Amino acid sequence: MTRKGYEGVVVAVPVSVPYVRYSIRAAHWWLARCISEILKSAGLKKDAIDGLSVSSFTLAPDSAIGLTQHLGLSPRWLDHVPLGGASGVVALRRAARAVQAGDADIVACIAGDTNHVDSFRLTLANFSQFARDAVYPYGAGGPNASFAFLTAYYMRAYGATRADFGKLCVAQRANALKYSHALFKKPLTLEEYLSARPIAEPLHLFDCVMPCAGAEGFLVLSEERAKALGIAFAALMGTIERHNAFAADPVQMRAGWALDREELYAQAGAGPGDMDFVQTYDDYPVISLLQLEDLGFCAKGEAPAFVRKHSFTHDGSFPLNTSGGQLSVGQAGAAGGFLGMVEALRQLTRQAHARQVEDAKLGLVSGFGMINFDRGLGSGAAILGC
Amino acid sequence: MLEKPKRKNPVLRTRLPTLPPAARSRVALGLTAAAALGRFELQQCRDCGTVQYPPREACQQCLSVHLPWNPQSGKGELLSSTVLHHSNDLFFRERLPWRLGLVHLDCGPTVVAHLHGGVPPAPARVRVAARLDRAGQAVLVALPEKETSNMANDRQLREFTCDPKFRKVLVTDGKTAAGQAIVKALARAGAELIWVGYAEPWKKFSGFDELSRVSQVTLLPLDVTDSKNVRELAAEIGGKVDILVNNAEHHRAFGIGNRAGVETARAEMDVNYFGLLRLAQEFGPALRARGADGLASAVAWVNVLSIYALANFPPHGTFSASKAAAHSLAQCLRAEMRPAGVRVVNVFPGPIDDEWNQLLPPPKVAAAGLAEAIVRALRDGVEDVYPGDVAQEWLARWRDNPKALERELSS
Repeated sequence: MTRKGYEGVVVAVPVSVPYVRYSIRAAHWWLARCISEILKSAGLKKDAIDGLSVSSFTLAPDSAIGLTQHLGLSPRWLDHVPLGGASGVVALRRAARAVQAGDADIVACIAGDTNHVDSFRLTLANFSQFARDAVYPYGAGGPNASFAFLTAYYMRAYGATRADFGKLCVAQRANALKYSHALFKKPLTLEEYLSARPIAEPLHLFDCVMPCAGAEGFLVLSEERAKALGIAFAALMGTIERHNAFAADPVQMRAGWALDREELYAQAGAGPGDMDFVQTYDDYPVISLLQLEDLGFCAKGEAPAFVRKHSFTHDGSFPLNTSGGQLSVGQAGAAGGFLGMVEALRQLTRQAHARQVEDAKLGLVSGFGMINFDRGLGSGAAILGC
Repeated sequence: MLEKPKRKNPVLRTRLPTLPPAARSRVALGLTAAAALGRFELQQCRDCGTVQYPPREACQQCLSVHLPWNPQSGKGELLSSTVLHHSNDLFFRERLPWRLGLVHLDCGPTVVAHLHGGVPPAPARVRVAARLDRAGQAVLVALPEKETSNMANDRQLREFTCDPKFRKVLVTDGKTAAGQAIVKALARAGAELIWVGYAEPWKKFSGFDELSRVSQVTLLPLDVTDSKNVRELAAEIGGKVDILVNNAEHHRAFGIGNRAGVETARAEMDVNYFGLLRLAQEFGPALRARGADGLASAVAWVNVLSIYALANFPPHGTFSASKAAAHSLAQCLRAEMRPAGVRVVNVFPGPIDDEWNQLLPPPKVAAAGLAEAIVRALRDGVEDVYPGDVAQEWLARWRDNPKALERELSS
């Protein structure tokens, strides 16, 4: 049975609570700031939010339901999406279904995390049962080590070089310089990238995201409702999610997108060549390369050649991660999984200021999350249009 | 290449021991249980045969919950490797850079493993083994496919083993054939200094001269039943001992009904149980303080127990009881030494080929065999050792059905 499309569902009100490297506040503070900013921007009262989707790593011991009491919300539809980098796409997809079914009129999707000086280490040590049993005792390198394996394997299998990864990082930094919330404010050159100190070979400093505190959010609602409220929106053209795909592959060189991309493009009535920009999940540059391949922008193994061919700045030949991505903005925990979605929304509603992709009508946002053991389990993508 | 550590500057602060991350789920302790015996075992589904890792509560293939741990060869291919220059954990931070590998095992799963320096860049064939780390938990180590002569010298591997090379050892009893074999085996293994205790120093014992000729050996009067003697010796050399081998033993035959009074049993307890307790109280704190003292840190405490510690052997009933008591105390010692990363190795030999086992039929453990088993356990980082065919058979029977073993031993 083919699944239903997402007609009539729109996404609106991109909100970012400005990131800081370390925060003494709890995750609740960041999520509260996010929802309050959404209400202010949309001109809504708290009661108008009847659906809530929450993504956070540091909310424990609370979950989404505890947050309702903490913030005095009374939604009739509630979702907790603990999927890290896949949470933005997944929160949107599920919220869209709730709106289509009439379970909720206006869903606020929010993601946020705090970052105390020691939070990152604690998150790593207890990230998952497999991580605690079979990864963390091995040098406690966290995701750096896991992605070092994937990066090294990819380089060997497909001939990617450090300069290929560096090109993406440098281009994203150029984009970030035009995004006021980015934590990295200085230009990055390829020479600086290449000569940075090693972290987990072949990964060096600028291949790794910087953990920080922050929050991102948006609203999901019907097109009529958005029009009635008079807020700018983008239409949800299509979206997919998939978990633990290709489990038998000995090493992760592809993820769920490769299984479901045909359906994604069929929903949107468009192909990879029609996208005006792409926001990949970029916790490490190699993952952007996998997404470009699995989402059909080039064939498997050809991403290095694709990278050498394009410029990736917002005004270049293939606008990618136009706000700088997590590599240049910072990784605010689960909010990292929302960063691309919020930026896509800004691009399509013409709020991207100096980094606006000219005449952007269709954009693709991709999510990837949860390195449970040796690979990322969750993948998803959405196409938004205006 | 491992070089002999330089003489320690006594003015410098001794680094305090830290441990690698020790938390594991209960199901993952199956790996530790096997590694403690020097085995590499993974969960293998009883219903569909799938081998899986990391350990799970159910088979990822058929959802069966019958997941026995079965021995695996560990052969596989190194898919990729990394060298960590940053770690979030204190233990590794002090030991950077650190090499890791992603290995696709021939038996199915892909694993993350500590990577031996002798393994060439990927793709390469490797042999994955399970080792106990300094926290006492099992970790996987990817070794070169073929054994090489100086493999044990690898800096990372040495963190998981208790190799006697360049270390200072105390052997508590040099008077027995077994004790003398242990001393010689340790000397061959490259121990830097071996203190050898002997009780009743006014009597020269057989083998004394031969021991004295081993260049690393210093003979010292030591009677583990004498608290003052043990305390004074610990004050003298405790801060230098890296490995303590407690082989002092009092062994008499017969059970309960064939002896009158408790004197023999008390003497057994005084050496086999209280002797261990005295040593542990005096030497334990000194070893604990030196768990991270460079390349030749304090690493191990070896107890020569007996397979009779697992289940009573009525013809040697009181001796069995004293060894069971010592085993229980050794578990306490293990818990107390763990925060320092000092491994307590319990050796459970079958009957040793000595005068007190005269009436037992062969096979019996030769002194040299026991000594080799101890050195091998230290080199491989094993925690529980069962030398000899009798010990292996008793262990298998005991693991299979302890009640059946009790009946078998009493018949």
